[in-house]
Amino acid sequence: MNAIEFTIVVALGSFFGGLLGSLTGLGGGVIVVPLLTLAFGVDIRYAIGASLVSVIATSSGAAAAYLREGYSNMRVGMFLEMATTVGAISGAILAARLPTPTIAIIFGVVLLYSAWVSSRERDDAPTDQPPDKLATRLRMDSTYPTAQGRVAYHVRRVPLGFVLMYIAGVISGLLGIGSGSVKVLAMDQAMKLPFKVSTTTSNFMIGVTAAASAGIYLHRGYIDPTLAMPVMLGVLGGALLGARILPGAKVKTLRIVFGVVIAAVAVEMMYQGLKGHL
Amino acid sequence: MSPDAAKPVAVDHRAETDLRIEMFLGHLLRLGVVLAALVVITGGVLYLNGAPSVIPDYKVFHGQPRALTSVPLIIQGSADFQPLAIIQFGLILLIATPVARVFFSIIGFAMERDWLYIGVTIIVLALLLHSLVGDVRILLNR
Repeated sequence: MNAIEFTIVVALGSFFGGLLGSLTGLGGGVIVVPLLTLAFGVDIRYAIGASLVSVIATSSGAAAAYLREGYSNMRVGMFLEMATTVGAISGAILAARLPTPTIAIIFGVVLLYSAWVSSRERDDAPTDQPPDKLATRLRMDSTYPTAQGRVAYHVRRVPLGFVLMYIAGVISGLLGIGSGSVKVLAMDQAMKLPFKVSTTTSNFMIGVTAAASAGIYLHRGYIDPTLAMPVMLGVLGGALLGARILPGAKVKTLRIVFGVVIAAVAVEMMYQGLKGHL
Repeated sequence: MSPDAAKPVAVDHRAETDLRIEMFLGHLLRLGVVLAALVVITGGVLYLNGAPSVIPDYKVFHGQPRALTSVPLIIQGSADFQPLAIIQFGLILLIATPVARVFFSIIGFAMERDWLYIGVTIIVLALLLHSLVGDVRILLNR
């Protein structure tokens, strides 16, 4: 295989990664990193660097489509960004210190968790939450559009959400993924945001979080241009196509099938990590 | 519409201002991504056009040369039409898109005179800039 063929194969693989990541809500990173390391034998540090830039491309590229709906809560997003950016910087620093097999094992664990979250039904938090003192003081309560007009909601448990967001940031910076599943956990389960508000706010946060660690990865030499180029373009193309066909797609079966595949990949990742191969 | 149907709110001015700013930012972000992708494609075509015969070795990590990790050197390399520097420059543009969004959010919060969130946004922006241009300081110290 020459360089041109390699570039095309990686771009195609990344395209399907971006497409599946967008349809299942897992994001491209969780597919691209195992693809590069397990199938192409790429060092996990290069894989993480390339994945991270594709995460930013997906987040920023999809922002306009998400924002049109008017669900995202900028105050919640920006406040929690303080936690995720500090987390992402810690994660990027940690990535340089941990041996790569350890990173592979952590990646496997996070993959398993993401697969479990995505195959599960998400239940929408009821909007009649009681007001929370801290959230009120931080002016986080807002409204979101529904069929019955704009509905008000109260934000709950800000400190717990903040801590979970820090962890999401560390995972993102360490593994080069968007860690949307942890962000959604923090906003859905802990802070009781309506489902659509947490999804759109999470999309905004994923890009900002990834940007915080991408700079560090760039300076460290983890971002290889010849690898990041096909990965970024492929994932972006796949994610944009995914966003376009998502409204009409039957994602339920896809999510379950894909959850099983991801779980198998996670086990392989951990096994290779334990053997010290990655 | 029944009056007690999940507390509908008549008009939410703050949400509407937010939405207007958000829409503008959304388009700005997409423009940034398109621009970044075009620059990356340009660099990629130049790189592949140079007919690289061997695939770079990704199996063993050796990091990138300084010319491809330092923001000022990448800009310099792009000006000299070096394919790999151009790709990196496109990737820097991409990394800058969420940073730009955070920057413009300050204006949004300023329009609402929301000092608390102006402060919060400045902290986030400072963290991002610290990570992105951290090496400028290293260059100055040398």
